[in-house]
Amino acid sequence: MRSRDLGFRLSVGAFAAALLLVVAAIGFELARQSWPSLQRFGFDFWRTSTWDPVAGEFGALPFIWGTLYSSILALLIATPISLGIAVFVSELCPPMLRSPLIFLTELLAAIPSIVYGLWGIFVLVPFVRMLETWTPESVRAISLFSGPPLGVGMLAAGLVLAVMVVPFTSAVAREVLKTVPVTQREAAYALGATRFEAIRAAMFFARTGIVGAIMLGFGRALGETMAVTMVIGNNPQVSLSLFAPQYTMSAVIANEFTEATDELYLSALVEIGLVLFIITLLVNGLSRALIWSMARRMPSKAAA
Amino acid sequence: MTASPRKILSSLFVAACALSVALALVPLVLIMFFVISQGIQSLNLDFFIHDPRPVGEVGGGMRNAIVGTLMLTGLAAAIAVPIGVVSGIYLSEYRGTRFASTVRFAADTLNGVPSIVIGVFAYGVAVLPFRHFSMLAGGLALGIMMIPIIARTTEELLLLVPHALREGALALGATRAKAVITVLVPAALPGIITGVVLALARVAGETAPLLFTSFGNPFFSTSLTQPVSSITVQVFNYAISPYEDWHRQAWAGALVLVTIVLICSVLARLATARVARIGGQ
Repeated sequence: MRSRDLGFRLSVGAFAAALLLVVAAIGFELARQSWPSLQRFGFDFWRTSTWDPVAGEFGALPFIWGTLYSSILALLIATPISLGIAVFVSELCPPMLRSPLIFLTELLAAIPSIVYGLWGIFVLVPFVRMLETWTPESVRAISLFSGPPLGVGMLAAGLVLAVMVVPFTSAVAREVLKTVPVTQREAAYALGATRFEAIRAAMFFARTGIVGAIMLGFGRALGETMAVTMVIGNNPQVSLSLFAPQYTMSAVIANEFTEATDELYLSALVEIGLVLFIITLLVNGLSRALIWSMARRMPSKAAA
Repeated sequence: MTASPRKILSSLFVAACALSVALALVPLVLIMFFVISQGIQSLNLDFFIHDPRPVGEVGGGMRNAIVGTLMLTGLAAAIAVPIGVVSGIYLSEYRGTRFASTVRFAADTLNGVPSIVIGVFAYGVAVLPFRHFSMLAGGLALGIMMIPIIARTTEELLLLVPHALREGALALGATRAKAVITVLVPAALPGIITGVVLALARVAGETAPLLFTSFGNPFFSTSLTQPVSSITVQVFNYAISPYEDWHRQAWAGALVLVTIVLICSVLARLATARVARIGGQ
C-alpha cells in the first residue's frame, strides 16, 4: 500500500521536476549562448553605448536605459491609477458593480500585446505627436521635452506600458486589500475617521503587499516587447527626453535577432536576453516575497 | 453648514478613486472601438479562405496564418498539458513538501519570464541546432509559456474539491493514485479545462516568442519542420509595412485575435463560477 503510494508520488513528481528543469534549462542555455559576448566585452558591454554590429562593437547601455526609463515612467503613471481602482473596487463601489469592473480590468490584461502595438502605431502615436506639436517652445527648451515632435518615442511607450500594467497591479493590490482585517477599518471608523482616513489606515496596514503589487507591475513592464517595439522609435540613444525615440532590451532582441548573422552579434543579443531574464527574476521574486509575507501575517486569511 | 476640511479631503479621495477607474476604461473603450470599427471593414470571407497576395495586389487573406496559429497553439497544448496538469496534481497533493514549494516557485518564476526571453531559449535549443526556423520551435516556445499557467490553475482547482470527496475515496480503501485519478481530477475537470483554455488564449496572442522560432511564411504550410505563419506575426509585419492594404489586413487580424481571446475569457469565467459553486465555496 505504502509502496504504491510512493510509486504514484515519484511518477507525478517526475513531471513536476520537468517544470523545474525547464526553468534551469532556460538560464543555462542563455548563459551558454551569451558566453562569447560575456568573455569579449565583460562589464564594458553595459557601460558603453556604441551599437555597431557591422564594426563588431556592442554597447548595451542605451537598451538598459530605455527599458528602465520606460518601465519607471509606466509605473509612475500606472501606480496611482491601479491603487485607485483597487480601492474603488474593494472598498467603495456598490457590490453590484464589483464583478463587472473586475471583468473589465481583466479584459485589459487579456488584449494581446500586438493589438496594443497596432493601436499604438495608428492611434496613440498620432495623438502623442499632436500633443508634442502643441507643446510651447519655452517648455520644449527643457531637456525633458526636447527634440522634434515625432510621436514615436519614450512618452508613447510609457503610456502604452502603463495601460498594460494597470490590470496586473490593481488585481494584486485588490487581493492584498481584501486580506486586511475588517477590525482595522472598524477601529478607524470607531475613532471618528473619515472614509479616506480609514482606507489610508488599511493601506498602511497592507503596505508590504501593495509595494509587492507595484513591483509585479514593474516586472511586467520590463519584459513587455511588442507594443513597446512598435511605438518607442527604436533609436539606441541615452536621452532624458520624453519626446526622443529610444530603444529597449526586448525591442532590440525582437528587431535584430533574425538579422544577427555572426556569432558575436547573436551572442550579444542573447546576453541582453540573459540580463533581462535575471532582472525580471529578481523583481518578480522580490514582489512575490513581499506579497507572501503580507499574506502570512494575516489572521483572517488563515481563518478563511 | 460648513464641511470640515477632513470631510472634503475624504470626498476628493473617493472622487479620485472613481476617476482612476474611468481613466483605465478609456483605453479599453478606445482599443475596442478601433479594433472593431477598423477590423470589420476588412473582414470578409476572403480573409479566411485566401493566402496573402504579393505586394501591390489588392485582396488576399490570412488563411495560412489562421491555420498556423491553430497548429502552433495545438502543438503548445500537446507539450504543456501533460506537464502542467500533472505538476499541478503534485503541487496540490504534496503541498506541504519542500519540493512542492520549489516547483511552485519555479512555476511562478517561469510565468514572470518575458516571452521574448523564452523565444531566445527556444531559438537556442530548437532552431540553431537544425539551422532553420520551424513550427516545432514556435510550438515549444508557446508550450513553455503555457506550463506554469496550467500547473497553477490545476493546483488551485484541485484544492477547491471538497475534503469529504477525498476522504470518502480513501475510506473506501482507494490508494492515493486511485483517489486522485478517479475522484479528485474528474471533480475538478471543468476547471482544469478552463485553465487550459485560458492558457491557450494567452499564447494565441503571443508574438515575441514566435518572431525567430516559427518565423513566418507567406505560403500555406502545415509542416512541423518548416517556418509557419501566425496571425500575430502577420499582424506585426503588416502593421510596420508602408502599404495601406496591409494595414487594413492587420486590423482584421487584430479583430480575429481579440474575438478569440474574448470568447475564451468569457467561457473560462462562466466555467470557473460553476466549479466554485460545485465546490461549495
